[in-house]
Amino acid sequence: MRAVRPRTKGSLDEHVITIDTDSAPRILFYGEDFLSEDLPVGTRVIYPRRPIAALPNPRAAIRYALNHPEEMDPLHALLKPGMKVTIALDDVSLPLPPMRRPDVRQTILEIVLEMLGDHGVDDVHIIIATSLHRRMHDWEVKRMVGDEIYDAYWPDKLYNHDACDPDGMVTVGKTKHGEVVETNRRAIESDLVIYVNINLVPMDGGHKSVGVGLCGYESLKAHHTPKAIVNSDSFMHPDKSELAHSVTRIGRVIDEHMKVFHIETVLNNKMFDGPLSFLMKNEDDFTEADRLKFEAIKWTLKRTPRALRREVFMRVPAPYEIIAVHAGKTEPVHEKILAKCYEQYCVPVEGQADILISGIPYISPYNVNSKALNPLLVQVMALGYFFHMYRHKPLVKKGGVMIVTHPCSDAFDPVHHPSYIEFFNRLLPETRDAYTLEKKYQDEFAYNPSYVEMYRRGNAYHGAHPFYMWYWGQRGREWLDSVIVVGSDNATVPKILGWERADTLAEAIAMGRAKMGRSAQITMLHHPPILMTDVT
Amino acid sequence: MTGAAFYDVDGTLIRSNIVASFAWYARNQPTLGGSIKKSVKTLASLPMFAIADKVSRKLFNELFYTYYAGESEDRLVVLAEELFEDVIKPSIYPRTPALLDQARRAGLKNVLVTGGLDFTVRPLARHLGVDAFIANTLEFENGYATGQLGKPFVAGATKATIMRDYAAANGIDLARSYAYTDSYSDYPMLTVVGHPTAVNPDLRLRTVARSYDWPILDLR
Repeated sequence: MRAVRPRTKGSLDEHVITIDTDSAPRILFYGEDFLSEDLPVGTRVIYPRRPIAALPNPRAAIRYALNHPEEMDPLHALLKPGMKVTIALDDVSLPLPPMRRPDVRQTILEIVLEMLGDHGVDDVHIIIATSLHRRMHDWEVKRMVGDEIYDAYWPDKLYNHDACDPDGMVTVGKTKHGEVVETNRRAIESDLVIYVNINLVPMDGGHKSVGVGLCGYESLKAHHTPKAIVNSDSFMHPDKSELAHSVTRIGRVIDEHMKVFHIETVLNNKMFDGPLSFLMKNEDDFTEADRLKFEAIKWTLKRTPRALRREVFMRVPAPYEIIAVHAGKTEPVHEKILAKCYEQYCVPVEGQADILISGIPYISPYNVNSKALNPLLVQVMALGYFFHMYRHKPLVKKGGVMIVTHPCSDAFDPVHHPSYIEFFNRLLPETRDAYTLEKKYQDEFAYNPSYVEMYRRGNAYHGAHPFYMWYWGQRGREWLDSVIVVGSDNATVPKILGWERADTLAEAIAMGRAKMGRSAQITMLHHPPILMTDVT
Repeated sequence: MTGAAFYDVDGTLIRSNIVASFAWYARNQPTLGGSIKKSVKTLASLPMFAIADKVSRKLFNELFYTYYAGESEDRLVVLAEELFEDVIKPSIYPRTPALLDQARRAGLKNVLVTGGLDFTVRPLARHLGVDAFIANTLEFENGYATGQLGKPFVAGATKATIMRDYAAANGIDLARSYAYTDSYSDYPMLTVVGHPTAVNPDLRLRTVARSYDWPILDLR
């Protein structure tokens, strides 16, 4: 390992730097740990944008948004005594990691519920828009909405959406493309639905909030498909996302039957602060104190069992702050919110890479408070999220190589992900072909009575969910030549995923160069926090 | 070929069990004296039943069903409806109907496989709308129970054999089928299907289910 040097010479753009002979090693996430790696000279490292400053008075900003909505009357003008209102919330998958209390949903709910109460609206249900995600545990709900709202509403008037409740779901119709539109009965029978959203990534929000958050399996079948993912370039870029187009069609049908007042927020990417704030910095700018902190963390993690490391990581909430809030009609609201998302996340980058390096952290949207980031979710993070975090062009060339760092342990949470276990161990060894899996097995898993019961009454993801996780990586699989995982603690998982293995990053880079040429352009995504690339 | 969902009953779908059913019959004898005598005898025998069950389900069955000796077949069958209303129906777990409904929606046949007696299970099977049930039968002579069970006993490893025979006779693909039970003594029935599930499991079964990553449900 090279000795640490002061700030590197190179690009003046602080977000895109080039490794030089005197550059510091780079830190990569490696599950519940970190790697510190010297990268080859000439490697491009892309850093996230600095966090945009928080709104100085979030509560005032929320009230302003409610009183000055986009293309709708102010919220207070929509209310009348005795009306039936349903509030729907984004679930535990956002934000990532969970933010410090008070959660933005609590802040918004406090203001909205007060307004509803002042206008004589008593028939209020709050539904967590889980779609086919798992039910949130009661303590997670309490953390999200705050103690007062939890005590007042849980469990009769504050509850998780149930996509498998035959009495609780309604088929509203079809889109002109024949996509089934089904939604939550309580919502469709309400006089007004208020959706409280957090946009962490540009795939979120818009018509996806109600159209997916409160939908059922038949509706999801329309767009959670390998074909839709492959035709989404990327699914973080709604204009070019087949997934988003389908969801928009569904959302417009829902709008014909449901009055939705949409409240959308954007959080900055301030994922770490205090003692961990150095993780947001360019390593060349580390002070001695930063280096000592990192070494201390590494030393401690090495001596801590994985399960305990995981618990510790999960207990460190992110200091996210609200940087934008808009309310009103879904589409104009979302347009403004997306613009802010891109402002926070998008980093302009010239030229694609031949080899893309990405650390994989301990967390994904689908394993918050779970016992593991299971192999399917490692794949989702690599090929589903990090591969798709671009506009215009993928950061890596067609036929390129992606290198990821993660232990890839063969570990699953049997309470949260029971269907994933069967999918990974029974189906993937048979075939990795997403189109075959969709046709042959998806309905079997979706209608498996045990998985349905675990979804409805336990805290399990729906039986069909592992399929979606596999599809999420489909475009990446079809685009790349190969994925090489560094530091896998077993041979089985990479084999089942169809990945190659390397013990060290240097070895992986050598393998990548053997495929792409010795002068292959190597780029590392330095995340989290989240970043997207605008590749030209 | 289609699949089926095979369910143990006592402790899995309902809280009640065969001892509770017999205790109800004991309390409802033709005479008051008969009821008191039989009830006291049943109560006193509970520790023995528990020990026998720990040794083996087969031993338990051989011992327990002797207590039916001398009962009138007509009386047992006629009173079964009342037994269902008084004891069995109130003990159906809240989530049992939903599980069976979902199995039906998945295109599965619902089949009860239980060590209970056929005449006590029949009303439950009808109430739950299952496609079939397989239960123990008592031997009767001249209209009175001999205290012996008809063979084969529906218990333990025999449940697995019975399920295989049922599948073969009814065009059921066991690889596509499901089995649900609460007790480690029914482990064999879980091993012959493609989708075993532990339901309200005892500690041993829960440990096995965790080891094999089988789904675990709670219908209570």
